Amino acid sequence: MYNKKLNLVLLGLALVAPFVLYPVFLMKVLCFALFACAFNLLLGFAGLLSFGHAVFLGTGAYVTGYVMTTYGLTPELGILAGVAMSALVGLVYGKLAVRREGIYFAMVTLALAQLAFFFYLQTPFTGGEDGLQGIPRGNLFGLIDLTDNMTMYYFVLAVFIGGFLTIYRTIHSPFGQVMKAIRENEPRAISLGYKVNQYKLMAFVISATLAGLAGSTKALVFQLASLTDVHWFMSGEVVLMTLLGGMGTIWGPVLGAASIISMQNLLASGPLANYIHVVMGVVFVICVLAFRKGLVGELQKVLRKNSG
Amino acid sequence: MNQDLILETRGLVKEFKGFTAVDDVNLKVERGTIHALIGPNGAGKTTVFNLLTKFLTPTRGQLLFNGQDITRKDSASIAHMGIVRSFQISAVFPHLTVLENVRVALQQKRKDTFAFWRSEKILDELNDRALALLDSVGLREFSHALAVDLPYGRKRSLEIATTLALDPELLLLDEPTQGMGHEDISVVADLIKEVGKNRTILMVEHNLNVVADLSDTITVLQRGAILTEGNYETVSADPRVREAYMGVEEDPLEGEGGEGNAPVVEASV
Repeated sequence: MYNKKLNLVLLGLALVAPFVLYPVFLMKVLCFALFACAFNLLLGFAGLLSFGHAVFLGTGAYVTGYVMTTYGLTPELGILAGVAMSALVGLVYGKLAVRREGIYFAMVTLALAQLAFFFYLQTPFTGGEDGLQGIPRGNLFGLIDLTDNMTMYYFVLAVFIGGFLTIYRTIHSPFGQVMKAIRENEPRAISLGYKVNQYKLMAFVISATLAGLAGSTKALVFQLASLTDVHWFMSGEVVLMTLLGGMGTIWGPVLGAASIISMQNLLASGPLANYIHVVMGVVFVICVLAFRKGLVGELQKVLRKNSG
Repeated sequence: MNQDLILETRGLVKEFKGFTAVDDVNLKVERGTIHALIGPNGAGKTTVFNLLTKFLTPTRGQLLFNGQDITRKDSASIAHMGIVRSFQISAVFPHLTVLENVRVALQQKRKDTFAFWRSEKILDELNDRALALLDSVGLREFSHALAVDLPYGRKRSLEIATTLALDPELLLLDEPTQGMGHEDISVVADLIKEVGKNRTILMVEHNLNVVADLSDTITVLQRGAILTEGNYETVSADPRVREAYMGVEEDPLEGEGGEGNAPVVEASV
């Protein structure tokens, strides 16, 4: 499925896209696509359903927003700070969560994420209900002004490609092999001598770090970090994006994020504006009932049938 | 009593909320032998097995491997020491290829299992050994198939190849022929015989033909305790063994899928 020509075509499309579509919309898609890919690394390849991934998106956004506003750092350092904090939170939360399996793992991550939500609601530096507004985008490496949306777009695209390649490599690495083995049959992996919790923790931290990267970048794009980013709706939305696109596939989360964001944008200006969540709920139900493998998963099935 | 013991249990007890599943079991497994653990349903075979492989923690008692106390070690650690188990239902990694299944086991001894930044292509250097192992169980031609697509008997063969990849000193097999047809049983039995030439094997097995054919020593469990122990002739001549089996099921001595096999104990009693 991994096809060089296809990737070149997609890259070409991504490069010309902002001349056709609104760059801020595209940046939003890229940020959520990265978020969903990070989530999918954990769910689709390590078999762990985290129901609190918003906390990493939000932590990245808040920390980047705070250091950019307060210390006037350059964006790459601001992002670095946000990503580092997400990784740290990922390490602590992961250590607590990987001791449990299945539904209990999901519940632990949800509980911990709620804990973080109320922390961000109460603590003064996040601006509570108002969030952090007017976060400066700054000058990349002190040289390139990111205020222009076109320039910002190419920066976000570079961040996305970096994150995406990291995920791709992780999946196709010696570590990725062990991760997939644990997903496939955990007791067997244990009996072969793998201390599975350490591998799960590693996958959790990588996923949290990249989710943080998505959040940090998103905070710069919208110049805003708010409670929406850490709310459990967000944790649910990323599950929806991943399942709709196809969990355990490389491109599924990207397509899923693009579909959901486009749908939200289209609906927001139409007569169904007040029913966005109803429509998304219906989409989710249809997806789970009718094509469980998601868009990309079903497409792969069709292609495989035709080739074999 | 100067036997060379590879595995020994001393006063092993496992209680589940007032029910004693394993009661004071003293098991001695000699190095280089094939040792079978048999007994009627509910005799505690699988519980003993899970205690040995650390999937359960004993309530009381001690486990010794090569004279070393392993009572408090976890499953992954004892795998590093050389005890590797198989499972009752075939334990493969279904959506990995047959080759990858074996490679995951070979990979365990490497230092780069956490390397998420390196390409999996560096694992290709394990392919020769993996293919050799697949050869030894007759699966080489399926190396690129997904494990989930293999028929049942071949899955068990794959599982044995994966286990052998760790080069274990002691192999624990949980009902290796369960749910198999005739031809598959003889294939797996031959495989076990071959593997047992330079290793110690402890197995739980229902099919008494297989047990009679393979084992050097047989331990019979009943209601969580050892009923008797010895080679096949001794054990099968023991009237208590026959009684233990007959008390549970009408025709208990046939392994699943072993229809047509004469129940050997009955015939020899």
